[in-house]
Amino acid sequence: MKRALFALLLIAAPLRADSDLPPARWANEQLPDARQEAAATALMGEIRCLVCQGQSIADSDAEMAGDMRALVRERIARGESPGAVRRWLVERYGAWVSYRPPNEPLSWPLWAAPIALLVAGGWLLRGRFRRRA
Amino acid sequence: MNRARFIPLIVFALIVVAVAWRLAVPRDDRVASKLEGQQLPAFALPPALPGKPGLASADLASGSPRLVNVFASWCVPCAAEAPVLLELKRRGVKIDAIAIRDRPEDVAAFLARYGDPFERIGGDSESRVQIALGSSGVPESFVIDGKGVIRAQHIGPIMEQDISGILAALEAAR
Repeated sequence: MKRALFALLLIAAPLRADSDLPPARWANEQLPDARQEAAATALMGEIRCLVCQGQSIADSDAEMAGDMRALVRERIARGESPGAVRRWLVERYGAWVSYRPPNEPLSWPLWAAPIALLVAGGWLLRGRFRRRA
Repeated sequence: MNRARFIPLIVFALIVVAVAWRLAVPRDDRVASKLEGQQLPAFALPPALPGKPGLASADLASGSPRLVNVFASWCVPCAAEAPVLLELKRRGVKIDAIAIRDRPEDVAAFLARYGDPFERIGGDSESRVQIALGSSGVPESFVIDGKGVIRAQHIGPIMEQDISGILAALEAAR
């Protein structure tokens, strides 16, 4: 029984969850203009992959990330600014898609948290020192 | 000073509450399109297979609501939702499709095997229109009203229990 299960395991193939098509041209090919490529690379590092949600599209191997890299390179090559490409994506997927959080009232507590923690730490320390003295 | 002793306990209790809350209500990691309520972006896709017209944004502003199904022959949940799409078609829903990263022969084989509820199928071989729609995977479906405005998005396969919701969204888009 165990041996049969092992044999089954050997012939098991992972379920296909990707297409057979080759990646888009600009998914893995650098732009000829080095300055544009640098701008595109910087932006790709700050756009979140929609499939594997912890990675940027620059890091991800997902097909959709490849297609998004192609989209970023094509738009930059066409002369669009990185900010415009980012805005175009944020319009579609929300601020979530960008790794650079917008400065909005909702995120102010996040920016304030380090300061609040420092103040709390200072307050705790003060209590400590006072007791020693 | 006595009360300060309880601060660590309170902090610990807060952490327990936060963890228990996220365990009970898992985070929804679906990414909804922000284009709901807006005009479809302009696009024109070539036919995904011979013998069926492709899909352009102009085809969707046809005066009556339509369902656009974003699918792929290589996507397993798309096969699971196929019978439900056929049922929707039987109930009079007009359905078009966008085939993501697909070959004509693969789309033809998929439709031969699981049925073909689609009037038009555009082939999106580099996911361009998918990204322009704010769609983040397959399968997804969009309810488009007669003027070409995106009225609703369904993420994931449309299953038996989703039929009434889809029909209601189409009715609301009338």
